Amino acid sequence: MNLCLKVWRQKYGKTPGAFREYRAKNVIPDMSFLEMLDVVNEDLAERGEDPIAFDSDCREGICGACSLVINGVPHGGHEGTATCQLHMRHFHDGQTIMIEPWRARAFPPVKDLVVDRSAFDRIIQAGGFVSVSTGGTPDANALPIPKVDQELAMDAAACIGCGACVAACKNASAMLFVSAKIGHLGLLPQGKVEKNRRALNMVEAMDAEGFGSCSVTGSCEAVCPKKINLSFISKMNGDYLLATLGF
Amino acid sequence: MHLDAKIPSGPLEKKWDRHRLEMKLVNPANKRKFDVIVVGSGLAGASAAATLGELGYKVQCFCFQDSPRRAHSIAAQGGINAAKNYQNDGDSIYRLFHDTIKGGDFRGREANTYRLAQLSVNIIDQCVAQGVPFAREYGGLLANRSFGGAQVSRTFYARGQTGQQLLVGAYQALCRQIAAGTVRMYPRTEMLNLVLVEDQAKGIVVRDLISGEITSHAADAVVLATGGYSNVFYLSTNARGCNVTAAYRAYKKGAAFANPCYTQIHPTCIPVSGEHQSKLTLMSESLRNDGRVWVSKKRGDKRQPHQIPEPERDYYLERKYPSFGNLAPRDISSRAAKEVCDEGRGVGPSGLGVYLDFADAIKRLSEDRIRERYGNLFEMYETITGENAYKTPMRIFPALHYTMGGLWVDYNLMSNLPGLFVLGEANFSDHGANRLGASALMQGLADGYFVLPYTIGNYFASTKPLKPAVSRPEFKAAEEETRNLTNRLLSIRGKRTTTSFHRELGKLLWDKCGMARNEAGLEEALKRIPALRQEFWENLTVTGENGEFNQALEYAGRVADYMEFAELLCTDALSRRESCGGHFRTEFQTDEGEARRDDENFSFVSAWEFQGVDKAPVLHKEPLVYEEVKMTQRSYK
Repeated sequence: MNLCLKVWRQKYGKTPGAFREYRAKNVIPDMSFLEMLDVVNEDLAERGEDPIAFDSDCREGICGACSLVINGVPHGGHEGTATCQLHMRHFHDGQTIMIEPWRARAFPPVKDLVVDRSAFDRIIQAGGFVSVSTGGTPDANALPIPKVDQELAMDAAACIGCGACVAACKNASAMLFVSAKIGHLGLLPQGKVEKNRRALNMVEAMDAEGFGSCSVTGSCEAVCPKKINLSFISKMNGDYLLATLGF
Repeated sequence: MHLDAKIPSGPLEKKWDRHRLEMKLVNPANKRKFDVIVVGSGLAGASAAATLGELGYKVQCFCFQDSPRRAHSIAAQGGINAAKNYQNDGDSIYRLFHDTIKGGDFRGREANTYRLAQLSVNIIDQCVAQGVPFAREYGGLLANRSFGGAQVSRTFYARGQTGQQLLVGAYQALCRQIAAGTVRMYPRTEMLNLVLVEDQAKGIVVRDLISGEITSHAADAVVLATGGYSNVFYLSTNARGCNVTAAYRAYKKGAAFANPCYTQIHPTCIPVSGEHQSKLTLMSESLRNDGRVWVSKKRGDKRQPHQIPEPERDYYLERKYPSFGNLAPRDISSRAAKEVCDEGRGVGPSGLGVYLDFADAIKRLSEDRIRERYGNLFEMYETITGENAYKTPMRIFPALHYTMGGLWVDYNLMSNLPGLFVLGEANFSDHGANRLGASALMQGLADGYFVLPYTIGNYFASTKPLKPAVSRPEFKAAEEETRNLTNRLLSIRGKRTTTSFHRELGKLLWDKCGMARNEAGLEEALKRIPALRQEFWENLTVTGENGEFNQALEYAGRVADYMEFAELLCTDALSRRESCGGHFRTEFQTDEGEARRDDENFSFVSAWEFQGVDKAPVLHKEPLVYEEVKMTQRSYK
């Protein structure tokens, strides 16, 4: 099939960008979306034109590098699917596809479809860990953890830190990302010890980075490639409230 | 070049304890006076950087990804081995050690492998304490499963995302140190050169991938944790960015490269669908616990799988290896799949595939149990192929997955260049000629959490500190060399893209130096690689400039290294006139078609010394001495 792509091009982070049109010819349904872009880029390179810059690495939906807004929806809008796992069989011949970067004040543009997501790293640095150093830890089976708690913690821990939740939110809120980490660690006895401190510090860091507030529209949950549940946000709000009250 | 493995004396099980006692310590107050560069932020790099930071060293950590959390360790699905014997099924440190040595076809270093098995126990404790949500039983204790090549259940896992959870654990520990100010993180920064001062590794040259700026960083030691080189084959299960550049450029500065021909082909990947394919996707080997591998007994059978009745199916792994069956080690399963496809019995549109069938397991356990165990893998399979594997068998085919070879290191994980340490997949030491499933995560974390933090202290305490400044001529010369290479890539302005060169090189290697190799094929590859390299330097086109975010330039630099490294890989494969583990030479096989080792002549590590781009490297041999295990012919029948 043949497609028309409207791609956001922006040479440097600080220069203005614009959409440019490209033709994607002979696209095969078994191609992934990024493989389709690879073919377009290969064409551009052969003609000596600057290829479209985009982030990707593992291409199996786990590293969280890929980050495209496709037809207005982060990762293209297929449930539980990151951009790299989106396949061209979901598109049809002659279709026009809009491709944009994550757009959020806290994710400054780098080039074309690449943005700077280091704000997420700084939020984790503010408290998204258990304060244990290497060595001197008790036997792994010394502390039984109910399977339901572990499973729920694992649901939250599945977050890949891609930032789609921020890109989907009209306020560019990072609440789903932050609540996933707070949920993951707070549900396990190892992480409970620092629950309050973690909630206070991470929320403060999130605000300092310029992410917006949550108005519970659920758009983040809808685009999350790991289907992180909105309920973690309410759990985080609970933790935060108790922490501010000094419990 | 002198290669001293520095293996401590004494009985195998006491070597590490004794060595720890004998190693010198750095006074706590003095640790902050030592700077360490860690390149790579996967399991080995992140765990090392975090632990060194905790100890009080001043650490600089570099990764080419936009965040250290995205390193390729994240993609490991199946699990991590540890000799905890929680299942009371007869496991022990000695058994894990013995399985690993045997699985590596007696080409690993005994003392390193034993230490790995010892430390496996501590890793699980460490990860649980960090909040890694390993799978648990209803009683609240940790769950285990058995994994490729093992007859005991010693694999710990977190759904199909074990690598991600372990990496997030290490990343969080790293973040804690970044916040504490002991580690300075440099994301989107690629190492392009190693700097030697007075013959010791004392710094690196890096390129800032956003600005293109090339700068130097100095330290008292350099730690490479930069992963493997599977991507030299173009198609592999590795992430797109994985590359050999850091390791190869260290090799060009005098670090020995060991056993490059030991490459691992993973038996359970999703078959290639066409020329556009950018990478291969692995389906965790844990699937082989419940899936049965089969093809039709007839050649060219075009029937759908459900139309082929039971008596006409060949469950060839169960037939050939009755005691291990579908869990036969990776190299054996991969070659067996290649054999049935070569016989014309392969499945799927390309004929390059075999079935992995869950029908029996679903009947035995229910679809829900299978979903609980492998749900995300089945989803992934459906996303890529559009097929529902609960209803129809998966199609799988082997793909390049892991490289056992790497930079040569001694027992302390230090290369032959003083001050240069190499961890994880980037070194060669623990897996021999073949790695068992769920052992890569174990090695990365053992090296980073529990080995390097001790051995680097011993290095600092036993050598005169050398505080080089980046203004020294050695740094300026290395920067100049790096800038020249970058400018050269940009100035060719030819007609062919980097991808087209990489694809051609990869296909050549897969055909001549892949699952099965022979003298004629390797000699042909060794003729064609220099010709392709020459064309690369005459006809390459790289768009853009150096002083900007330029992915085409990053990629071209990596492929330039593959163009040289491929030759080293084939040279090693040609010189090893035996079959062992992942290295299968068709001339050297038993009557049953199994790998035939030649212990008399090849029981050594091949460590290669760089002589110049168009010159043959020099081979140095480190003899493999087995004090404890008896070398036997591997048999999984």
